[in-house]
Amino acid sequence: QLKKVKKQKVLLMGKSGSGKSSMRSIIFSNYLARDTRRLGATIDIDLSHVKFLGNLTLNLWDCGGQEAFMENYLSQQRAHVFSNVGVLIYVFDIESRDVDRDLATYVNIISALVQYSREAKVFVLIHKMDLIQPMTREDVFDRRVALVRRKTAEAVAIVRKQKPELTGPSPPPPAGPGGAGAMAGSLPSPDSPIPDLEVSMQLFATSIWDQSLYKAWASIIHDLVPNLSVIETQLASLGVAIDADEILLFERTSFLVVSKWTSPEGESNPYGDRFERMSNILKAWKHTCSKFTGTPRNAEQFSDFEYKMGANFSMFVTKFTTNTYILVCMPPGEARFNSAKLNVAAARPWFRFLDGPIIAPTQG
Amino acid sequence: VPEPIAVPHAKGKPRLLLMGQRRSGKSSISSVVFHKLPPNETLFLESTARIQKDSLNSFMEFQVWDFPGQIDVFDNPAFPFDMDAIFGEIGALIWVIDAQDDYLEAVARLNATILHLQRSYQHINIEVFIHKVDGLSDDYKLDIQRDITIRIQDELSDQGVENAPVNFHLTSIYNHSIFEAFSKVIQKLIPRLGQLEAMLTNLCRTCRFEKAYLFDVNTKIYIATDSTPEDMASYEICSDYVDVIIDFTEVYGSWQRTPEWRKRLEGPPWEQKLEDQVACEWAESGMVLADAQRPIMLREVDRFLALVAIMKEGSYEKMPQINMNVDVVVKGLTEFFEITKSKMTPTAV
Ligand SMILES: Nc1nc2c(ncn2[C@@H]2O[C@H](COP(=O)(O)OP(=O)(O)OP(=O)(O)O)[C@@H](O)[C@H]2O)c(=O)[nH]1
Ligand SMILES: Nc1nc2c(ncn2[C@@H]2O[C@H](COP(=O)(O)OP(=O)(O)O)[C@@H](O)[C@H]2O)c(=O)[nH]1
Ligand SMILES: [Mg+2]
Repeated sequence: QLKKVKKQKVLLMGKSGSGKSSMRSIIFSNYLARDTRRLGATIDIDLSHVKFLGNLTLNLWDCGGQEAFMENYLSQQRAHVFSNVGVLIYVFDIESRDVDRDLATYVNIISALVQYSREAKVFVLIHKMDLIQPMTREDVFDRRVALVRRKTAEAVAIVRKQKPELTGPSPPPPAGPGGAGAMAGSLPSPDSPIPDLEVSMQLFATSIWDQSLYKAWASIIHDLVPNLSVIETQLASLGVAIDADEILLFERTSFLVVSKWTSPEGESNPYGDRFERMSNILKAWKHTCSKFTGTPRNAEQFSDFEYKMGANFSMFVTKFTTNTYILVCMPPGEARFNSAKLNVAAARPWFRFLDGPIIAPTQG
Repeated sequence: VPEPIAVPHAKGKPRLLLMGQRRSGKSSISSVVFHKLPPNETLFLESTARIQKDSLNSFMEFQVWDFPGQIDVFDNPAFPFDMDAIFGEIGALIWVIDAQDDYLEAVARLNATILHLQRSYQHINIEVFIHKVDGLSDDYKLDIQRDITIRIQDELSDQGVENAPVNFHLTSIYNHSIFEAFSKVIQKLIPRLGQLEAMLTNLCRTCRFEKAYLFDVNTKIYIATDSTPEDMASYEICSDYVDVIIDFTEVYGSWQRTPEWRKRLEGPPWEQKLEDQVACEWAESGMVLADAQRPIMLREVDRFLALVAIMKEGSYEKMPQINMNVDVVVKGLTEFFEITKSKMTPTAV
């Protein structure tokens, strides 16, 4: 059955200047990479509520990274900041001079997180990879991953030693700002089995100058989207019905890929990074349009796009539901193309639940 | 007044010569425009030690020569250059000046170069790229351009040279300006450009297009446009449209589908070869902008060239009619380039 609206507290942390506000502005406010040079340091915490599709709200806590603020989060504001966290995104600047110190801060943050929200997912972004010589990027990243994993384990070990009671369920959330009540649904029930204390973590190499940012953020939101399995099943039925090679569903403002379906033939596409590439391309295109038409960068910029590449392939990208765009890549042929477009239009009602809470789909 | 010198017969390919001080940005320019290097990756380019020659096989064949900044071709006693081998072909000298740096020496060398070329190689257009202007204010850019122009004119008229064909462009690899500048440079080297422009002007009239461009797809250089006034905004959106098409083509069009796939698609109920199921052999695309429903269209002429046009509100419904007109122009363009090609390269029949 379809789930209702979900709110998720997302912490964005890391040293000052590491690029947190930059990525947030690019993904959710349609900044261009070069516009981020104008951003000032974030003072304390910048809270934003991002409506994602109709049924998910991200409470994004962009935590200014200057040392004084960090210390404050770990002490006075500790419970306020680290309770009820759904996701922590921790950003490391790969060019940072003082790696040891960065890691020490990271250990403190992870400890606090594990203490207050031990079900939180952690995403570590090794950022500004564009500043590393392309040849050595993979190596540099792998080494940093090993280091961060080791430090994460250390952090968890410290907490376990200090607070053995933490192998039990999470402490009750303190009342206060942050909408604890609304998030109660994401807490495990007290009688659920007690998992080992460990952190569920994913690491990404990112840069605001290429599509890597979209890969990381698509993974971050992927697990948060309600009703994902319903979306996936319905995309698959649509894909088979219109004989497509691939279908991508984008959120309309961020152009992050919410869900995708690929035919067996489409699976042989050698471009493993194509999903984030499509996000990046369409996002850049949106920007071009907004400059040309003079409309606000967050406004809708195009309604329909068609591309027929001779006897090679055809594709279209079109406004789908209120909150989504759909991309369909398919075999060539005029008749096939026209019928696919009609079928996609006809499938819109199946996905209407993406636009708002609680509307049951006409078919399921 | 120097004797007019006969323009060398275009026996080879038109040549673009990139010269200027070290670190002025020559290699970055040629990597970004001709090899699609992302601009921020030019930070990793090594200093050029020898002349880099690139051949561009496009709608016309070009050569791009990137000269290392430390070499002075006119004053190199230890290793004299064969001037005719460098300047003997028709083409353009692109002199790159770093606008964010002290440019007095660059201007002095440019002056010496212009004097040499004026003496013996008048068929070479002189194009000055005042480069790295990203981050500079519009006023400041114009000040620099004025200053450089005056310095060059003064020096040349002191030497008795008036009206040398020197053109100025404000450029940066971080935006469209570098592609625009190359477009201008290359258009001067296209024989019968006027005829191309007339075709596009005609198309705009019959289809009620706002603006049309003919692009070299690989470099995003536009080689012709219709006669309506220059408009940077239109150029930018059309050029970005070409980018979108290139990117989609790379991701979804550059891998081989299986024979089973084709067999299934050509079997029942279609019973037709894929080639016969499509309306157009080359790329064909359209997009409706949310703003006033203004559509943009793209149609490939061949492997290298694409027509891109901004249409007027509401034209999307008239696409069948528009496509017929576009077909006619595409045919005309194909013929135009067949003739031009055979004229440019005598070896081809
Ligand atoms: N080269 C490069 N620069 C980046 C990248 N991401 C961000 N930057 C730059 O880094 C600088 C600082 O970015 P911010 O996003 O303000 O940093 P922050 O993490 O929010 O800093 P605080 O708010 O002080 O914690 C800006 O000038 C960005 O343009 C990247 O991937 N590569
Ligand atoms: N800001 C800015 N920097 C540029 C631009 N073009 C090139 N550069 C930088 O200038 C430096 C020198 O460029 P390079 O191409 O090696 O110069 P060359 O010696 O003339 O070939 C590189 O670090 C480039 O990234 C530009 O348009 N704007
Ligand atoms: Mg910030």
